[in-house]
Amino acid sequence: MLKIRHPKLTAFAFIGPAVISLFIIGIGPLAFAVYTSMHKYRLTNLRDTHFLGLENFKTVLTDQSFWEAMGRTMKLLGIVLPIQIAFGLGIALLLHKPGLSLLRTLTRLSLVIPMATTYAVVGLLGQVMFNMKYGVVNQLIGFFGVAPVNWIGDPNNAFTVICFWDIWQWTPFCTLVLLAGLTTVPEEVEEAARLETAKWFTVLRYVQFPFLIPGLTAILILRTADTLKLFDMVFTLTRGGPGSATELISLMIQRVGFRGFDQGLASAQAIILLALTVILSQLYIRFFYSEV
Amino acid sequence: MAFGISSIKPKTSRTTAEVILLLLIIIFCIFPFYWMVTTSLKTQLEALTSPPAWIFEPTLANYTTVLFKDKMGLSLINSLIIAISTTALALILGTPAAYGLSRFEFRWKKDLWFWFITNRMVSPVVLALPFFLIVRKLHLLDTHIVLILIYLTFNLPIVIWICTDQFRSLPRDLDEAAVLDGAGPFKIFFKICMPLAAPGITVSAIFAFIFSWNELMYALVLTRKVAKTAPAMAVGFMEGYHLPYGKIMATSTLIVIPVIIFALIASKHLIRGLTMGAVK
Repeated sequence: MLKIRHPKLTAFAFIGPAVISLFIIGIGPLAFAVYTSMHKYRLTNLRDTHFLGLENFKTVLTDQSFWEAMGRTMKLLGIVLPIQIAFGLGIALLLHKPGLSLLRTLTRLSLVIPMATTYAVVGLLGQVMFNMKYGVVNQLIGFFGVAPVNWIGDPNNAFTVICFWDIWQWTPFCTLVLLAGLTTVPEEVEEAARLETAKWFTVLRYVQFPFLIPGLTAILILRTADTLKLFDMVFTLTRGGPGSATELISLMIQRVGFRGFDQGLASAQAIILLALTVILSQLYIRFFYSEV
Repeated sequence: MAFGISSIKPKTSRTTAEVILLLLIIIFCIFPFYWMVTTSLKTQLEALTSPPAWIFEPTLANYTTVLFKDKMGLSLINSLIIAISTTALALILGTPAAYGLSRFEFRWKKDLWFWFITNRMVSPVVLALPFFLIVRKLHLLDTHIVLILIYLTFNLPIVIWICTDQFRSLPRDLDEAAVLDGAGPFKIFFKICMPLAAPGITVSAIFAFIFSWNELMYALVLTRKVAKTAPAMAVGFMEGYHLPYGKIMATSTLIVIPVIIFALIASKHLIRGLTMGAVK
């Protein structure tokens, strides 16, 4: 063990600056959000600011549009996550096989591109590619004899487009997480299993699957958190429209806070969202950082 | 011989299927990128042909317009200033903290860790509103410093996390040998551990840069004109009926290219960073 004259002071000199700045930047505004959430607080009429207690929270929790936005967010997750995991697992198994190493490396590198693409740009690109008249998507489906679809103007189709881009962007993430899991299977165990049976599914179910559980847990929690966060791509693609067809929870809070001008109410919504996130973080910590 | 051929045949057809599948995956991943770049090289007239043209005369006109006439150059410089400053600040504050976390024991270590993980999960909209209200009161709206500081909320945790991991992997014997030579803790940190942790520090810097460069929501609500970043600027083009497709895609390409280069460099660490080390 290190022998230091003033261990506590030294530790503080190293860690203090970071913790204090995070506290001021991160916790300070949060405290202010708690304050505004308990007040009638409107930027257009600040003189009328007064204490409301938990009134704003009551309004939010009984507000149907809040629960609808939450429902839409969960619906999106419910649709895209199984697809991302299924495709992700399929591609991971494909990449895990031996041979064709150059092509496999190229595939792995091209998987980085969707993940790295700026979320806002994905939305802009979505507008260009899914435009009804000039978009390449309608041209491509036209080759199969499908009539042009009004993708972004129609509520259901707009939701489908959001799902499409989320799948495009985050299937690679699932792939790489699961691929990392597959490489943790001891080689001799996998080979022994393959000598026993020729069925890839049996190997997957009884040999590889146990090693995939940590990755799947991480995917489940992180994808839930990321969907609750999802803003940039949807905002640049549809602004939550048409109507409120694609207004996810983050977009709704942004609208109420910055365009609807009831900051007290928006703060209450934000704090409810934060509470959900804290629960997810707790879960994540329980699963992955038990040694900390 | 006949036996040999018949046993090879199903194998080759299987390989062909694999090749086709892998190629399809590659095409699926990079087609939107390809479409973005080609659209950025079209004139407005070509961009608005129906059905879209695949073969055309490429032009760089969109890039020159966007960079010099629409002040996109300025917002790219803003993005660059902000991303580099916040990354530098995160490293200055974060690497000593990471070293401290890897070497010292203290009471609220666990709470600190929890706070980092929560930052990875929490929606920026939660902080954006109170931040906006405070910044507005301080008359600091539309300044670089505000974004540089607020980006620390996600940069600092990622830098501290990756670097703590890196410092932990350095043998403690090094520190102890240095102590025997009479070196103090700061000298050990700067002269011995920092250089050895360079790979981890670089990866964390790349992550911090990418996250800051890509960020939209804070930039959208906290900047107006002077400090507007490139993604916020790109969103501004989406007004009106006939969208300037070529210009939007040129802007997008300029935003995305540096990120993709950095992400490819750090591709080995991408998953570790995105899962805060839960998946290695």
